[in-house]
Amino acid sequence: MTQVYAVKDLAARLEERFPGSLEESDGDSLVVRAGSLLAVMAYLKDTVGLEFDYLNYITAVDYYSYFEVVYQLTSLTHNHTVVVKTRCQGRNNPSVPSVTGLWGGADFQEREIYDLMGIGFKGHPNLKRIFLWEGFPGHPLRKDFVP
Amino acid sequence: MTTTEMMTLKTEPFVLNFGPVHPSTHGVYRMRATLDGEVILDIEPVVGYLHRGIEKLAEERTFSGFIPLTDRLDYISPMSNNLAYCLAVEKLAGIKIPERGEYLRVIMAELQRLANHCVAVGSFLNDCGAYYTPFMYTFREREKIVDLFDMVCGQRLTYNYMRIGGVSQDIPEEFLPALKKLVKQLARFIEEYERLLKQNEILLARTKGVGILSRETAINCGISGPVARASGVAWDLRKADSYSVYDRFQFDIPVGEAGDSYDRYRVRIEEMRQSLRIIEQAMKDVPGGPVRAELPHLIRPPRGEAYGHLEAPKGELGFYIVSDGSIAPYRCHIRPTSLINLSALREMVKGWKVADLIAIFGSIDITMGEVDR
Amino acid sequence: MEISSDKEYIYTSSELDRQEGALIEEVKAGAGESVPDPDGWLEEDVKRNIVLTSIDMVLNWARRSSLWPVICFPACCAFEFIAAEGPRFDMSRFGMEILRASPRQADLMITAGTLTWKMAPVVRRIYNQMPEPKWVIAMGACGVSGGIFRSSYAVVPGYNKIIPVDVYVPGCPPRPEALIYAVQLLQKKIAREHPMPDPCELIPKGVKR
Repeated sequence: MTQVYAVKDLAARLEERFPGSLEESDGDSLVVRAGSLLAVMAYLKDTVGLEFDYLNYITAVDYYSYFEVVYQLTSLTHNHTVVVKTRCQGRNNPSVPSVTGLWGGADFQEREIYDLMGIGFKGHPNLKRIFLWEGFPGHPLRKDFVP
Repeated sequence: MTTTEMMTLKTEPFVLNFGPVHPSTHGVYRMRATLDGEVILDIEPVVGYLHRGIEKLAEERTFSGFIPLTDRLDYISPMSNNLAYCLAVEKLAGIKIPERGEYLRVIMAELQRLANHCVAVGSFLNDCGAYYTPFMYTFREREKIVDLFDMVCGQRLTYNYMRIGGVSQDIPEEFLPALKKLVKQLARFIEEYERLLKQNEILLARTKGVGILSRETAINCGISGPVARASGVAWDLRKADSYSVYDRFQFDIPVGEAGDSYDRYRVRIEEMRQSLRIIEQAMKDVPGGPVRAELPHLIRPPRGEAYGHLEAPKGELGFYIVSDGSIAPYRCHIRPTSLINLSALREMVKGWKVADLIAIFGSIDITMGEVDR
Repeated sequence: MEISSDKEYIYTSSELDRQEGALIEEVKAGAGESVPDPDGWLEEDVKRNIVLTSIDMVLNWARRSSLWPVICFPACCAFEFIAAEGPRFDMSRFGMEILRASPRQADLMITAGTLTWKMAPVVRRIYNQMPEPKWVIAMGACGVSGGIFRSSYAVVPGYNKIIPVDVYVPGCPPRPEALIYAVQLLQKKIAREHPMPDPCELIPKGVKR
């Protein structure tokens, strides 16, 4: 059975390695600050014992005052998983760093989030709309979208 | 300058558009391929021609009312879609399912895997050039499986059979004897099919060594399902993150080595055999009792989020559901198996010819309903 | 030309995407009312009260017995259509066995799936490329009226916003038997058409008869 990696443990290790990178760590997911997202993700992917080499999915949720981008990582060798989140405040041009450098599968999923939620991804090689056409007014999955 | 040098043609790349209406792309899929003559330099997939906004529609429907919409995602294996969604909601709300319901779910999911692989193998061979003959053979078998589904839930394609807390209705008495007969017929059919195709020269020439996906790329891109297993990634959610009652059954996971189209085809045939094995074991011990947990008509899961996933015939299909305590999901995200599997296509086709592009694309087994949602 | 495996991703220009987007917005803006169903064949019969000539009957028989569908398979109904073409519900006994990939060689479009605004200009172009005479069967609830996805932001509420439809088949998806019944209804409709022009209309105006 895939075990959920102990979040408190991981949070302590990350605080030690990258102080100030975590926003919240109680509950069952890690909430990382957008600025240190890439460093934390690279650490999770490459460290022996963690080796989260498989990205399950990336998605985004609109919580009115902020957007939350959710990543789930799994390690195929150790069979454990963790959920990492990051938040972007405000509704005008929110953006987070892109993880396409670490996991190639993030490419299309980040384009989808940009298309449907309007969150930009810094460092993405080809950030353009994927499902809807250029010139579509707005971002449909936002809570304030009026068709 | 020698004559040979003078006569060498100067070429430059050009962009050719494939689809969205194309006889061999499975659904409305469009590619802009940069070609040098017949050789492919690069492709850019353009998707979204079937984007129906299912994730947004989820916020307007109730939790149970969304199940018919999940049928239309990967429309070749709707039972798996229903089941993945129900697993996610049950995880969120902490619902326990009665034993009979679990066994019926396993039988339906494995039958669905058989039906899906029939279509996948049939259309893959169609793309390789064997036109409609293997396609007709596999569709004949698929009709028998679909007859069983018709007996159970009255529908041939969009079953809407799984419910939150179990399945929607119990099986009639004719079901298990018909299933027993079908399992024997299918075992014989797979033997016959293999005999015709396993050592076929044309199939081997067109698929062996073609479209190789390396193990590292497969893991890095998040590929799952038969495509990943053919590349050597021995990851199957039925064993790794066991759900329902799969841990009670004995079955193997076929894993390929080379990661080429031939391995993907072989992995699917072997998976069909293993599915038959699971069905035989499940059929023997179906317990009695209710098929569905007692739940209110409008379910209100507690505030929170959950991710429920399973091994669908095409790969890992998951639903990430956020609930705010009301009768409709606050956010429902569908992990799109086929879209993620598609991200490996670029790596697989560079350097091959146009005809190989079609065969490689057929071997990944994509359904546009799942890519675009 | 050598192929290097680490060549950079060649992206087509975003100008092309913008042009396509503008085309889609144009189609969406122009699709306010439904295209009227071609029911001229009903009125003709009542108006002129002319019995079909034997040439008409032969032409109609030839046309309805060899309808060749064009491959246009957006979504789930495609599978019921393929099952109808399959070994059990054999549609080739109605002359429909060949699925033409090229619309120039087809005369029937069976719209098997949901139509989205992004796909609408493509369907219209395929319809325009089919030569006359041509017919359209709108298959499934999504084809008739948008179906279960009608309230979505990206779905066209029915194919009759974009192209004229002859036969509507409800169902989600319609069973292959329903599709075969629809084809038979279309054949009955074709049997009542007047492919030969009325001789009176061939004489140019202003000339004494």
